[in-house]
Amino acid sequence: MSIVSQSPYVDMKALKKGEVNLGTSIMAIKFKDGVILGADSRTSMGAMVANRVTDKLTKVHDNIWCCRSGSAADTQAVSEYVRLYLDQYKINYGREPTPKTAAALFRKLCYENKNVLTAGIICAGFDEKTGGEIYSIPIGGSVHKQDYAIAGSGSSYIYGLCNTHYKQEMSQDEAVEFVKMSLTQAIRWDGSSGGCIRMVILTKNGVERLLFTPQEYQLN
Amino acid sequence: MAGLSFDNYRRNKSLEASGVLPPKTTSTGTTIVGCKFNGGVILSADTRATAGMVVADKNCLKLHRLAPNIWCAGAGTASDNDKVTELESSQLEIHSQWTGRAPRVVTALTHLKQHLFKYQGHVGAYLIIAGVDVTGSHLFSLHAHGSTDVGPYLALGSGSMAALSVLESKWKEDLTKEEAMELCSEAIMAGVFNDLASGSNVDLCVIEKGKPSRLHRGYKQPNQRLQKQRNYNFDIGTTSYFEAGSEVFYISKQSDLETSAMEVDQVS
Repeated sequence: MSIVSQSPYVDMKALKKGEVNLGTSIMAIKFKDGVILGADSRTSMGAMVANRVTDKLTKVHDNIWCCRSGSAADTQAVSEYVRLYLDQYKINYGREPTPKTAAALFRKLCYENKNVLTAGIICAGFDEKTGGEIYSIPIGGSVHKQDYAIAGSGSSYIYGLCNTHYKQEMSQDEAVEFVKMSLTQAIRWDGSSGGCIRMVILTKNGVERLLFTPQEYQLN
Repeated sequence: MAGLSFDNYRRNKSLEASGVLPPKTTSTGTTIVGCKFNGGVILSADTRATAGMVVADKNCLKLHRLAPNIWCAGAGTASDNDKVTELESSQLEIHSQWTGRAPRVVTALTHLKQHLFKYQGHVGAYLIIAGVDVTGSHLFSLHAHGSTDVGPYLALGSGSMAALSVLESKWKEDLTKEEAMELCSEAIMAGVFNDLASGSNVDLCVIEKGKPSRLHRGYKQPNQRLQKQRNYNFDIGTTSYFEAGSEVFYISKQSDLETSAMEVDQVS
């Protein structure tokens, strides 16, 4: 049961006063061998950059990660709950949870507490049976299974770009280049995105992390 | 329904609407920083507490001990910081006695963030948490709404921009203890001199692996009161006056007063 009483209205009001915001550019894409999650690293409080090297790519299980956007506090709380539930899942059922299970948990938390949460999450994972899977869970608590997902304030600038340049069954190098190129443009046009580009690559070989500093990705 | 009661919150809102203003809280408009070095981690803070435009305390202590090996610096509402750190230090002590181990920094961090998230930012504690434990040395920041950050150097409070300008330009990897102490105090001094809500002295705490934590109260005191160059006392006799004096009367009994009043009547 939710600890918060439900109201029929969805309160879409902006963040609470003084709250830390992840004005963000995040994305996740499927490629030939798995999935790549990508994010910028800027956290802002109003006009101030609260952290320029934030890690918005959060592990919820060995092979299931998420990109967080919206309120930093809300998304951290939600992903820690999901991490707990997935740990319990593995203990109770003796098998690894699938990305679909993780997405269902995110949906449950985000939908049932939609009145108090400001959380836009992309959940992505690699599963031996199904390969890479990507689920987008935007603010209302709906779930969308996609080949690639983009979210956060910076994503508005790259809908067309990603739509024209995304190909299925890309190689890992092509996919990393695609994510880097897309996030570079999102960061360039969105004031509340910036800092480094972080990536997490999920394949059958496990987890690989990448970091690109502004000098490494900026075009000029 | 299980959970929290917000009855008093609603009552206070309606009181506010009818013109009853809530009491002002003492806000520690603050500069606090934390910095890692090769053998541990350092916390530092200024010592000014403000209530609106008034300096409420010129030498308050903003560094709190959560456990012998874990300390935290607080910005935001002074009372909330004092209470939340007091509660957490009790919980950590109980936890470490129960487990028979020294507490970990992430334990304090997770417990505090879950507490602050529950109160949705109404508990106005903004903390930098630092410490050493069995897994190494750690430095975290925690905002009132419950979000956390990690970093090799961090600053919080109204003077954080001033402090960060020092840290961003002078921080390097593998600092020695002495270099880190110098860097932290310089960052706080930037807040003390450039931020109106920060001031007075610099407190500093060094937490090292395998050594007792050391709190340097008044590590830097750049705002000592100097001996005045002149005094402004007037010489005796500067202002003329007519005469001053007093007489003391004692009334020993109420009946005496009445008797003498009658006598006066008879005379007239």
